[in-house]
Amino acid sequence: MPDLDQLRSEAEAAIAAAGSSAELEELRVRYLGRKAELTQALRSIVELPPQERGPAGKAANQVKQALEAMLERRTEELEASELDRKLAEDRIDVTLPGDPPRPLGHLHLVSQIRREMEDIFIGLGFAVVEGPEVEYGYYNFTALNHPPEHPARQPGDTFYLSDEVLLRTHTSPMQVRAMEEQEPPIYIVVPGRVYRPDTPDATHVPMFHQLEGLAIDEDITLADLQGVLVQFARGMFGEDTEVRLRPGYFPFTEPSVEVDVSCFNCGGKGFIGSERCHTCKGEGWIEILGSGMVDPNVLGYVADRGYDPDKVQGFAFGMGIERIAMLKHRVPDLRMLFENDVRLLEQFGA
Amino acid sequence: MRVPVSWLRSYCAPGLSAEEIADVLTMAGIKLERLHRVGVGDPAQFVVGRVLKAEPHPDADRLTVCEVDDGSAAPRTIVCGAPNVAGGQTVAVALPGAVMPDGSKLGEAKLRGVKSSGMILAEDEVGIGEDHTGIMVLENGAEPGSPLADQLPIADEVLELEITPNRPDAMAVYGVAREVHAVTAAPLGDDPGAEDAEPAGDDSAEDHASVEIADPEICLRFSARVYEDVEIGPSPAWLKQRLMAAGQRPISNVVDITNYVMLTVGQPLHAFDLDRVRGSRIVVRRAEPREKMRTLDGVEREFDPDTALVCDAEGPSEIGGIMGGEISEVSDATTRVLMVELCGARLVPGTIDAYPRAAESRKVSLRLARMEQLLGTSIDTDEVVGILGRLGFQPVLSGETVDTTAPPWRDSDVQREADLVEEVARVHGLDKIPTTLPARRNAVGRLAGSQPLRRRLEDALRDRGLHEIVSYSFTAPEALERLRTDGEQLRVRNPLSEEQSVLRPLLLPGLLDAARHNAAHGRAGLALFESAHVYLPAGSLDEAPSGPPAGARPAAEGHHLGALVTEAAPGGWRSNPVAGDFYATRALLEAVLGIAGVDWRLEPGGPPFLHPGRAATVKAGEAELGWLGELHPLVLREWELHAPVSAFEIDAEALAALTLGSVATYHDVTSVPSVLQDIAVVVPDEVSAAEVERAVRAGGGELLSDVQVFDLYRGEQVGQGSKSLALRLEFRAPDRTLTDDEVTERRAAIERELDQIGGSLRA
Repeated sequence: MPDLDQLRSEAEAAIAAAGSSAELEELRVRYLGRKAELTQALRSIVELPPQERGPAGKAANQVKQALEAMLERRTEELEASELDRKLAEDRIDVTLPGDPPRPLGHLHLVSQIRREMEDIFIGLGFAVVEGPEVEYGYYNFTALNHPPEHPARQPGDTFYLSDEVLLRTHTSPMQVRAMEEQEPPIYIVVPGRVYRPDTPDATHVPMFHQLEGLAIDEDITLADLQGVLVQFARGMFGEDTEVRLRPGYFPFTEPSVEVDVSCFNCGGKGFIGSERCHTCKGEGWIEILGSGMVDPNVLGYVADRGYDPDKVQGFAFGMGIERIAMLKHRVPDLRMLFENDVRLLEQFGA
Repeated sequence: MRVPVSWLRSYCAPGLSAEEIADVLTMAGIKLERLHRVGVGDPAQFVVGRVLKAEPHPDADRLTVCEVDDGSAAPRTIVCGAPNVAGGQTVAVALPGAVMPDGSKLGEAKLRGVKSSGMILAEDEVGIGEDHTGIMVLENGAEPGSPLADQLPIADEVLELEITPNRPDAMAVYGVAREVHAVTAAPLGDDPGAEDAEPAGDDSAEDHASVEIADPEICLRFSARVYEDVEIGPSPAWLKQRLMAAGQRPISNVVDITNYVMLTVGQPLHAFDLDRVRGSRIVVRRAEPREKMRTLDGVEREFDPDTALVCDAEGPSEIGGIMGGEISEVSDATTRVLMVELCGARLVPGTIDAYPRAAESRKVSLRLARMEQLLGTSIDTDEVVGILGRLGFQPVLSGETVDTTAPPWRDSDVQREADLVEEVARVHGLDKIPTTLPARRNAVGRLAGSQPLRRRLEDALRDRGLHEIVSYSFTAPEALERLRTDGEQLRVRNPLSEEQSVLRPLLLPGLLDAARHNAAHGRAGLALFESAHVYLPAGSLDEAPSGPPAGARPAAEGHHLGALVTEAAPGGWRSNPVAGDFYATRALLEAVLGIAGVDWRLEPGGPPFLHPGRAATVKAGEAELGWLGELHPLVLREWELHAPVSAFEIDAEALAALTLGSVATYHDVTSVPSVLQDIAVVVPDEVSAAEVERAVRAGGGELLSDVQVFDLYRGEQVGQGSKSLALRLEFRAPDRTLTDDEVTERRAAIERELDQIGGSLRA
């Protein structure tokens, strides 16, 4: 039997001094390999007298286990430090910019607001329908109770393609088209482009967008109109928004009402501190749409489709999408929305 | 409409401030645009004075040094430049510190060595007239030192109101007063038209003049009265102030009176100089087509038969006026009184009244139940009757119905029950209407038609870095020429400019314009899309239906989705930018078509604005969905853009029609494994990838479930004039695991098919 104590201390010193995993492997072969002194010693234990075999085997195994444990520990230590060294060598300049991302795309602000509106009305049970922009005077004016001499029909207020064909001046012609197609009850909103020959300035452009609403059933009241518009205004401008109906005038509604919402910028106070609120110009209210109970004369044009004005009634409303976009997002000039300057487009609709 | 509040209060004074009156009117449907304050600042700084002494200024010829009693212990010295100032006059005095109508503050000043402490006022200096030829001389009697405001209307508030076109009756001070009366129930002064002047003489108006209405369709009624011995001169201060505050310049008593009456009751009227009315006869008739006439403003105008002309016996003359529409009843008693009082005129007895078809009062009834049904709330019957009474409708309650007689001033606006409902509701107060939600029977809130798909496609492009634009539906004919597109166009008859005279048949011009705009502002590399209507003629526009179109549409309108890419991805410090070439944009189109889930293909060749070798037509079955390609270099030059720029445009409606109603169903891809094999195919250069794929699919048959081209190689190993395409093939049988023999057999068939197009498998 070799001197186990000496063997152990010699091996432990060598393992502790090893500086690489290759050296450790060498030491493992030398002290624990098949030809190692300790392995040989364990193998030759059978040759000892039976009463010596137990203690000798136990002592040799203890040394073997101790060396194995130390080798393993030392291997882990070395691997960890080798990895640290490698990682240190792999260091990069984390302050360099990342790969350029695909630029973030954006929906146009008008689309963003239009979708917000559509979604609120979908939640209220309104279907979203669309109609033609090149329209007959019949749908744009006549069936909407505009007499032949009504000033809105003048070429100064309407783009014409022929005597009878024009670019719709509002989304309202879809009221009559939709009623021709669907019997009551009907609940629809109609988003889309509309046209007026206005010379461009900060609040006028020849093309803009509206959203029309129409609800006809046997028992729809002005109070229902107010309820729907309160829901819409709160969805659009915030939970605390109040709605104010004011008498107005439109040829195709009776009674007609203008609808104001409490100013979402100043909370309806008209002032922010001592400053007059820019959004509502100090009034505390902002006019956002026109509406009213559908005029019996309009229903008369579709009476044969089930819209007998003595049997059904309802409301209609129409609002400018750009106007709401500009108010809500403080865009100062309507023309900017149609320049398609990426510096503006990037600010909305991500 | 500008309504001076002091004037308004002379007819109805509800004990409210100007702001409160404005609120009352706004909530009744006559919206306040602006509240103006006119005239001087604090009226306390303006007093009555008496000129005790007026002596020429020692050093200035045109100035007078006045000693003025202003009611205080010692007289005040005022240097005055007016030629008419004289001792003994009672005058209007502004004290130092007074704020004048233009906002300036009066100080004490030395004028040529004499200290002046205050100002003796001309009428224009307190905003009650335009005369600056001399100071105002007040009637004696007013105490020196008493407030000037007691003598003259030197400060007022003016409501600028927005009057809707259905309310011509509110284009008058008395009409607005009636509204205030209706809402507040404060008493309403007598109708200013009710008081008449005393005629004098034995003659009759008809002895002096006559009136003829040639066409009763265009003029319902024309009344006239005759005055003699009219003395033309300036109007008194109170009248001038009211006109000024209402926005009218005072001119002379006769003209001012006609304007005043119109502002008071809304009735247009005109003073004719009878000496210049040829034949002493006034004729009202339709204008001839293109008839020319010089109007009162001295401009020669052309008229059409919708216009009523006021002529004399010999035809249109300078006395003529034009009347916009119908003329109804004349109630001009005020004129009579004013003419007599202010012009010293004699009213000739009698009225000339041409009224060919006397109108009857309109009867309209209101069912209380119907009103509740429309408003969603009930209104107390007494209040309903009270409101309609204050508005002049003479309501009579009969059971559950209120019968009314529409007053003449509301005849055009209130004709039906619904109109009466509006009258009651707006005066009662819309703020008292409850807030409810409709029952929404059968209502299904949803997007319809192509909308859901369009939203997903727009989102997909947005998420791939594209910016959505919204461009005008109009374009320039020249832009379409530059795109080499021909064909019928929809032209606007009255465009704002030639640049916006045609409705665009495709989205591309708007995308190109936006790309150019952004390139000019330093953003040359970007990707844009638009989702909007395009317009093509559908038959002749002049053959429009005479009656209701019954759902027909006058033009062929479609909804397109178009994209334009000048740079597909930006470069960085370790990567180059990805150019906006064909394949970059094709990837976007593939995403769009993939979302739609249609079976599509590209065929070489496209519209003339594309690079002829880099253009493709998008097809699904026989349907043409759109085009894809790099833009023609000559087109890019016109828009100042640099190649490559690519674009696509597809018909969103057609795409949606292909997907509508299709529901994805489950395919088993887990129970039986598929066999993947990569092959390299060498073919002549001119053979397209699509042809190779077609051959491979033909050979692979039903067992070949997918083919993807994943690499392209040209070079030595395949020789000149050829290329090698690498394809990944996926074989699958729905019901079993394929054997090697089966796959080998298919590969052999693929080789045979490839041989047909001059291709071979590369080892």
